[in-house]
Amino acid sequence: MVDLSVTLSGVKLDNPIIPASGTFGFGYEFADWYDINVLGSISLKGTTKEPRFGNPTPRIAEIPSGLLNSVGLQNPGVDDVIEKEIPRLEKCFSKPLIANISGFSVEDYVYCAEKFDKVSQVGILEINISCPNVHGGGMSFGTSAKAAALVTSAVKKAVKKPVYIKLTPNVTDIAEIARAVEEAGADGISLINTPLGMRIDISRRKPILSNKTGGMSGPCVLPLALRMVFQAYEAVKIPIIGMGGISSANDVIEMMLAGASAVQVGAANLVDPCACRNIIEELPASCEKYGIKKISEITGGAHNG
Amino acid sequence: MKQSIFTVKTNEIIAHDVYKMTLSGDTSEIKTPGQFVNIKLPGRYLRRPVSVCDLEKDTLTLIYKTVGGGTYDMSRMQKGEKLDLLTGLGNGFDVSCAKDRATLIGGGVGVPPLYFLAKKLINRGVSVDAALGFASKEDAILVNELSALGVNVRTATADGSLGTKGFVTDILRSDCAYFYACGPIPMLHALLKNASSDGQMSFEERMGCGFGACMGCTMQTKSGPKRVCREGPVFDKNEVIFNG
Repeated sequence: MVDLSVTLSGVKLDNPIIPASGTFGFGYEFADWYDINVLGSISLKGTTKEPRFGNPTPRIAEIPSGLLNSVGLQNPGVDDVIEKEIPRLEKCFSKPLIANISGFSVEDYVYCAEKFDKVSQVGILEINISCPNVHGGGMSFGTSAKAAALVTSAVKKAVKKPVYIKLTPNVTDIAEIARAVEEAGADGISLINTPLGMRIDISRRKPILSNKTGGMSGPCVLPLALRMVFQAYEAVKIPIIGMGGISSANDVIEMMLAGASAVQVGAANLVDPCACRNIIEELPASCEKYGIKKISEITGGAHNG
Repeated sequence: MKQSIFTVKTNEIIAHDVYKMTLSGDTSEIKTPGQFVNIKLPGRYLRRPVSVCDLEKDTLTLIYKTVGGGTYDMSRMQKGEKLDLLTGLGNGFDVSCAKDRATLIGGGVGVPPLYFLAKKLINRGVSVDAALGFASKEDAILVNELSALGVNVRTATADGSLGTKGFVTDILRSDCAYFYACGPIPMLHALLKNASSDGQMSFEERMGCGFGACMGCTMQTKSGPKRVCREGPVFDKNEVIFNG
């Protein structure tokens, strides 16, 4: 028997597989496809202080081995998420949740974090300072070490639950940002959010997305994600939730060898609604094939020598 | 909703860049006309959403236009090839809203779901007429098939090569019944402005997942943001916000 359990800042997960924020709604949608209690946890749809419609459509475009999205944080606002969405999810999922929080000011992040901190089913607060699709917030905090540290320390002061900072790959030096949030008190980091991309409709001679740019996800970003998780692992001691293009059990192992303590699966959920369940089912056989008895022991395994 | 493997039975061109594919497989989740399937194509990352044109036991009929590489590849598929489909997606047309008469309003490749709908309406004893619009005669689809069901079909083409020269709004009767519409956004907005009767409208949008997870296809309605793939693609006319 392979031991798939992992622990993130004291929060124990049965396995390291977590659907990534923005690709899994508020979770209950997927209960129509399979028993979502097989998941390690769920990272909820990115939540802001106020309800948001998001960007105009089109906000999805296909790319080779992936997609672009410019959804722009559509969500019903923190109060509705806590009062309506989480209670609905609680009926079909009984494990600790990851609340994913976005904002346009330090105060916004603190406001939502304080609210989620009081929700018993929330195990971890994931602070998204990396959304590439909104202006005047999101990624602008994640591309500066100073601003990233500011958000981190403000949220840390306000809450009791573990705080993970979700980082953007759209930076020159991921190690610098990772170190800055660790020094500011972050309990862990999540990476990567989506790298910015574009596609152009050649018949209309215009970008396909109405927002012009969007975040890339899918297997095409896996190598970029592995490289950044690898670099971040060398820079910090806090745990890393690794993500970016994971679509199979072998991808999970690869990401953990790069330095991840757990992983998030994103785009794969959109093309195969049962992707996470399938990965969890494949994982024991993949581990056995590579001589892994306890999956938590392989974190950072690719850094030997 | 269900994920299952279908087998291609036939795949043939029926109009300019428009193909008809029949497939056999588990159709049990397809409940109402206006729902769609989402098709995984070899070598393409996102699935292709296509509305259900007809359903007879385990045989599914899809009519699709080749608009890019994915649908082009689909048009080359041969009898016996397998496709991975998500079925039973979206909220379709509510046939119970039509009393004794209904008008179908379709534009281009928005016409196919109206065929399955017409069959259901006629089964309920509803008298059905249709106003169909196409760019030209070469693009016209399902005119004879709908007529064969007993639907009184009128057509309009932009170039006048078939039926009235103009758009579907030019051939709407003044006594238009409760309507069911599917077509390009400008057609739906023109309808919203011109149609005096109530009805339902099926929208399309670029989708990520097709089952409500990614929020990629959201549109604003009078009762808040709705996902075209999940709460839609069919919306009551009175829910739709006119922004043409």
